[in-house]
Formats: sequence, structure tokens, C-alpha cells
Amino acid sequence: MQIRSTRRYLSIPYIVFMVVFVLLPLLLIGIYAFSDRSMMPSLGPATNFFGSSSRYQVLFVSLIFGLLNTVVSLLIAYPLAYFLADRKVNKNIVLVMLFIMPMWINFVLRTWALRDVLNYVGLGGGDYPEFATLIGLVYNYLPFMIMPLYTTMLRLDKSQIEASQDLGAGPIRTFRKIILPMTMPGVVSAATMVFMPTMTSYVISDILGEGKVTLFGKYIEIYFTQNQWHDGSFLALIMLVLIFASVLVSRGFAKKSQKGELNVW
Amino acid sequence: MVKKVVGNIYIYFILFLMYLPILFLMVFSFTDAPITGMWNGFTLRLYRDVFLHSKIMPALLNTLLIASVSALVATLLGTVGAIGVFYMRKKPKQIMETVNEIPVVNADVVIAISLALLFKITVDSMASLGITLTGNNFFTLLIGHIVLTISFVYLNVKPKLQQMDPNDYEAALDLGAKPMYALRKVVIPSIMPGIISGFLLAFTLSLDDFIITSFLRDKSFDTLSTYVQGVIVKSTIPAELRALTTYIFVITSLIVVVNGRKKKSKAQERANKRVILRKGVM
Repeated sequence: MQIRSTRRYLSIPYIVFMVVFVLLPLLLIGIYAFSDRSMMPSLGPATNFFGSSSRYQVLFVSLIFGLLNTVVSLLIAYPLAYFLADRKVNKNIVLVMLFIMPMWINFVLRTWALRDVLNYVGLGGGDYPEFATLIGLVYNYLPFMIMPLYTTMLRLDKSQIEASQDLGAGPIRTFRKIILPMTMPGVVSAATMVFMPTMTSYVISDILGEGKVTLFGKYIEIYFTQNQWHDGSFLALIMLVLIFASVLVSRGFAKKSQKGELNVW
Repeated sequence: MVKKVVGNIYIYFILFLMYLPILFLMVFSFTDAPITGMWNGFTLRLYRDVFLHSKIMPALLNTLLIASVSALVATLLGTVGAIGVFYMRKKPKQIMETVNEIPVVNADVVIAISLALLFKITVDSMASLGITLTGNNFFTLLIGHIVLTISFVYLNVKPKLQQMDPNDYEAALDLGAKPMYALRKVVIPSIMPGIISGFLLAFTLSLDDFIITSFLRDKSFDTLSTYVQGVIVKSTIPAELRALTTYIFVITSLIVVVNGRKKKSKAQERANKRVILRKGVM
């Protein structure tokens, strides 16, 4: 019995690694976010952030971009997923895979390709930084939107839709009362998958916004390059809180809407 | 009938838009004009020159180097860790499962700055002891990539451990096998598919990374992502990159098609979905 229980000690290197390189760094972020350069406890980084309007404006702008990207992607992806999952329209699984495939090409290269196309057709970030950034975000996140929606659409209970039609409901009423509620879990998980990353990523806005669009994650990079560890840590902490909240929301929703197996994505 | 037509038009229209940028680069990879969108006569020159480019090739090799080394270490550490955690008591096991989720949901930029902070503090405190350490180097970059990928190795191996018949291992011990021998001959082979898919996922995640690399690399060490980002922001983009994108597109398509033909288990699918989730957090 002694020997058998020793297997669990195999986890030691893994635990040490996770403690030193995952937990400890986050603890340091927490400490640095609430201290000054001499490492005395301080609310300096917090007041720096909330005191300067330009800094929390970035949070506001990022929220808007996150929201816009989520809504636009959703409007495109929802009917798309519906058609892809409808056997009357599409029976080809390869077609579904084609929608995810761009994801496996290096995303900096992809974003560069998009920039060249936008410049070519005269919609580049030089003239329309916000528009180009939004297009870039939608282009990048659409696959993440399509997949969760597609999987929920596959599980749509067709008999309920037919019942609703048989009982005389029009297409709009059927959509509002039957299809939308049934696909809501997919909508929520798709939205959380797109919303948070939009706020924290800054590469797309860097390349397509031509330096005129600054998202939240960019500020962390700016602080990092300027060696402003305390202010940078405070921003990272805010981001952590937002991520934690969005994970709680989406998991809570997944649990409520789905008995039995939890569909996290 | 109307639905079928409308649906298909919509599907193919969106598909066309999604592939338009890559197709655009591919078309102009057959001409050597400096700006994409200008036609300078048909040539295959770029397809040869990309291999001779003094910046692109090292960046590509660096990308492959860090991806393979980090995936290898993450697979080793993550697999052994998953086996160990699997046999832990309930409470500590639950704690480790939660800790394992952190890098999965965390934003890249937070992972990056938290590790950069850790390394900065290490360098500072060593300096106060009179020991001089260099700042970012290959090792710091390696740690960053392992943090990014190790949780996915764990998530790939775990379902295989759950599917394994626990009696097999017990039987091996009863027949006189030493624990390590039984582990090697019984446990490892039965979780092998999980280990392999974990490795592949770790590899692809590392290939695509930009943020963690840019925070933790030595400034002279460029991967494809950091190199392309650098030239886009500062100067004109070498035309050879169009040929490289085409190469990558063709290779990726082949892999996706070959992989798509294989049937995947439920657990593996779920782990793959987690990666899609992760890739969203760029």
C-alpha cells in the first residue's frame, strides 16, 4: 500500500512549477499593484489610474470595442451557424471546418494580410483607424463566435420548432419564443469568448489602428516598456478581476441552462 | 428551397470574405512588387528567396525551436504532473485542478507581465547579493511558453487517465512489477494518445504566440510573430512574406484535412475546444 500511494509524489515537479510560475507571479502583481517604488504599501497606482481621465478612458474605449465586436460578430455568426447546422441547407462538415481553419495560420500574418486588403480598397487604418480595427477584430474572432453557436444549433430540438409552426406561430414568433431561448447558452459562451479577449489583446489594434486606437492591453505593454511596474500591475489586476467575473458569469449561465454535462465553451 | 439558396449564398459569401485577405496575399505572392496589390509580372522568385532571407528564416527557425522545446518540456512536466495529481486525495486534487485552469482563462498580457515581474525581481535581488544575471533570455521565454501550454497538456492527459482501467496497474504490481516499471509499461501506453495530442496543442499554441514572446524574449531573438509585427509597425514588409504565408496556408490546410478525417474521441474534442478558447485570448 505504501508503494502504491507514492504515485502521487509524481505531481511534485508540476506543483512546484505551477506555484512558482503561475501563482507566485500573480501574487507579485497583487503586491505591486498596491505599493510604491520603495515597496511601501500605497494606493498610488490606484489613484494614478482612476485620477487620470485618459487612463480610464482606455477602459471605456476597450469596453466599447469589446461590445461592438461582440455584437457585430454575433449578428454575422448567428445566421451563419444556423444555416451551417441546418441539414436542409448544408450537409457538408468540411464547410464547417473551413470556417475554423484560418485560426491555425499565424494571426499576425493574417492581420497583416487584412491590412493590405483594406489599404488596397481604400479603407485602411490610416484614414479609418476605428473602422479598420473593428473589421480586424471581427475577422479574427468570428471563428470563436461560430463554433459555440454551431454546436448549440446542432442540438436544436426540431420538433419544438415544427410544433410552434403547426400551432400557427409565424417565423418571427417562432424565432423569439423557441429558437432564441434554446440557443441562448451558445450565445452567452460565444459572447464571453469574444468580449474579454477583445479588451485584453492589443496586436490587432496596433496593426490596423495605425497607432490611433489604444485598447486596455496596450497600456500594460506601455507600462512594461517604461518599467512602470506598479502602474502596470494595477492594470493587470483590474484585468484579472474582469476575467474572473466573466468566467463566473459564463459558468453560472452554463450550469443554469444545462442540466448534466457542463458545456463550458 | 428559398431557404437553401439564401443559406448557401450567405455561407459562401462569409467564407469568401474570411479567406479574401489570405487569397489576396497568395495571388500577389506570384509577383515581386514591393507593395501587395501591385503587379510586376509573374515570377516564382519569392518562393525561392524566402528561404534565403536574412531575417525571415532565422525568425521561422526560432519559432520552431521555441515551439518544439517548450512543447517537449510542457508535455513531460504536464503528463507526469497529471498522473501524480490523478492519484492525489480529493481536496488537494481539486485545488490543483483549479490552479491548472488559471493559465487557460487568463489573458496573455497578464501572464506575460506577471512573469516579467517575477524575473525582474529575481534579477534585482540577485544583484543586491552581488550576483549579476542577464535579463530576458531563452530560458525566460521558455518558461513563458510552458506556462502558456502546460495546462492544455494536463487537460489532454487527464481524460485518458480516467478512462484507464485501474486494475491494469494493480495487476502489474501484483505480478511483481516495480511501480516505475508498471507506470512505464502500463500507464504511459494507455494514455499515449492524450500525451501526443497534448504535445501537438502545446506546439501550435506556442507557434501562434506574440504577446508572451514579446515580453519575455531577449531583444535579439525574433520569432515569426514578433518579426512581422516589428516590420509592420516600423518599415515596409518584405515581399517574401507573401510566399511564406502561402507556404503556411498550404501546409496548414493539408494538416487540417488529414486530421479532420480521423475520428476523435469526445474528451479529445473537448480539449480541442479549450484550445480554441485559449487562442481567443491572444
